[in-house]
Amino acid sequence: MIEARGLSKRFQDKKRGEIKAVDNVSFTCKPGQIYGLLGANGAGKTTTLRMLATILEPTDGTAIICGYDVVDDPEKVRAHVGFLSTATALYPRLTSQEMVEYFGRLNGLDEATLKKRIDEIFNRLDMNGFRDRRCDKLSTGMKQKTSIARTLVHDPPVMIFDEPTLGLDIMTARTITAFTRECRDRGKTVIFSTHIMSEVEKLCDVIGIIQSGKLLAEGTLARLRDEHHEQDLEEIFVKVVGPLHSSSEA
Amino acid sequence: MNFRNVGIVYRKELTEWLRDRRTLISTVLVPLLAFPILMVGMISLTSVMIGKAEKEIPKVMVLGGEDSPQILQKLREVDKLEIVPASDDYKKRISEKEIRAAVDIPKGFDSALSRGEEQTVKIYFYEGEIKSSFGADHVEKFFKDYRDTVVASRLASRNVPASIIKPFEVKQENVAPPEKVSGAALGGILGYMVILLSMTGAIYPAIDLTAGEKERGTMETILSSPISRLDLVLGKFFLVLSASLTTAILAIFSMGTSFYVVGRSGLVSSKEGASLQLHIGLSTVLSVFLMALPLAVFFAAVLLTISLFAKSYKEAQSYLTPMTFVVVIPAVASLLPGVELTPKLALIPILSTSLVCKEIVAGTFHWNYIILILLSSSVYAAAGLFLAVKMFQRESVLFRS
Repeated sequence: MIEARGLSKRFQDKKRGEIKAVDNVSFTCKPGQIYGLLGANGAGKTTTLRMLATILEPTDGTAIICGYDVVDDPEKVRAHVGFLSTATALYPRLTSQEMVEYFGRLNGLDEATLKKRIDEIFNRLDMNGFRDRRCDKLSTGMKQKTSIARTLVHDPPVMIFDEPTLGLDIMTARTITAFTRECRDRGKTVIFSTHIMSEVEKLCDVIGIIQSGKLLAEGTLARLRDEHHEQDLEEIFVKVVGPLHSSSEA
Repeated sequence: MNFRNVGIVYRKELTEWLRDRRTLISTVLVPLLAFPILMVGMISLTSVMIGKAEKEIPKVMVLGGEDSPQILQKLREVDKLEIVPASDDYKKRISEKEIRAAVDIPKGFDSALSRGEEQTVKIYFYEGEIKSSFGADHVEKFFKDYRDTVVASRLASRNVPASIIKPFEVKQENVAPPEKVSGAALGGILGYMVILLSMTGAIYPAIDLTAGEKERGTMETILSSPISRLDLVLGKFFLVLSASLTTAILAIFSMGTSFYVVGRSGLVSSKEGASLQLHIGLSTVLSVFLMALPLAVFFAAVLLTISLFAKSYKEAQSYLTPMTFVVVIPAVASLLPGVELTPKLALIPILSTSLVCKEIVAGTFHWNYIILILLSSSVYAAAGLFLAVKMFQRESVLFRS
């Protein structure tokens, strides 16, 4: 369960002064659901998800994840979250297994549980072929699988994916989308950010459209279609962000 | 703080660090090989050069003296000189190393000498050119010896005892213990080396564990794990400290071995060899280490802080290069003659440690200074570590773009 309550993040920029990267964003993601955060580049998706993962601290507002407050209890929150983004790389000089082990230990798993969990994940993701290969020698697909294994090792109830398919080829991207669905089917709470409409249409149960740090529209795909009298998500998106987007550019 | 987590981070960083070939070079190979190559190379080269220069019979040109056959004859009889005929371009020939020196015998030298008149013999040589200096020394020695025999015979002919011109002898005698003698020569170097290498050994891992992590995109990965930033920075800090101490220990070991080998090899003449013999015991080395430990902590923390600020490897390197000078300057200052410990200097980091190491190696333990310096450098170390921890909690630094 994720509950964002008035999440806000302001940065100081030397040239442009204060920037509201995220402005008073509130939403709820429920277990067994995929929440899709849809927005253009620079809309505030990454900052929002980083605050949920407690990598950044909110300037105002907060979020409650599995009953823990991201401001007051960041370490507890992180223990309940699996975070995956294009920026979460692997340690090049560790092997695939060592990488997953490291994160298992950091999550407080004892060695027996860790071994059991790793065997299970490596079998499930078909990773045994490159268990002992160094991460810098892995193909993109193998790296993605290792990253997935890393986010799963402590079996977190909440998954946060920040544009996980960005820059991946179709086959690797499909592994990620399949994995996202699997997380939902196992009853996890999933939040997923992207700027690719088709991904959202295929995957997400609830969609939030974010622009200039503000959450402008929220609902199931059917509800968004109803409200905006459009079938195509891209058209809905343009309708929602359009006027504000052009005014902020001017 | 969670010791288990600090240990997990440390172990992982150690694994990665040991798998990096650059580490092997900067932490192990450089300190191990630098000294033997540098010292054995330098010392054997200089001693070979000096030996060669000493063995060489210098060519010396005699200018004038046609009217003084007596002195010319005596000069020719000297084994260690080869006399070449006079020519006007003697200065040029000295610079071009065709001859080593030239000696100008004044007109009517023999007859003026017998009349007891004052006169000057000039020796031309090329200063800074060792073989030329040796040649000039030989010539000068010959003339001084000749002058002494003239004085002695004059005194004898007048029935005056020789003691009239040398009423008493003056002699210097050393009271310092042997380790103090070698300590003065080596003490400065030992402390200096420990300090310098504990710094250079920390540079590479400090960059790799901070800016390197940003550059490779693993910073966000590790920050998403439940470990606290304090535990994370401490794990990294202990690795950098280990690297720093490893480099320093290897360097000391290598330096000691090189000195020992060179001292034993007979490559250097006995007088120099004596000062090169390491009379440094294990307890001295340990004391030096103890003194340098807070400094190593300080370096590890400061280097981590600075390189964490950088976005990339390259940027970090450009910040840390000037740091080397900041460390070298006080360390070198401590080697200067006459720079001694004072209560004020004891508060200056690096300089104070280097100075006290010099004293310790020389066999002197000023306990009040030792305690003062340990305290002051520990305060700096704690401040550095505090800064590193604070830096790791700043988003603007971790996500600087």
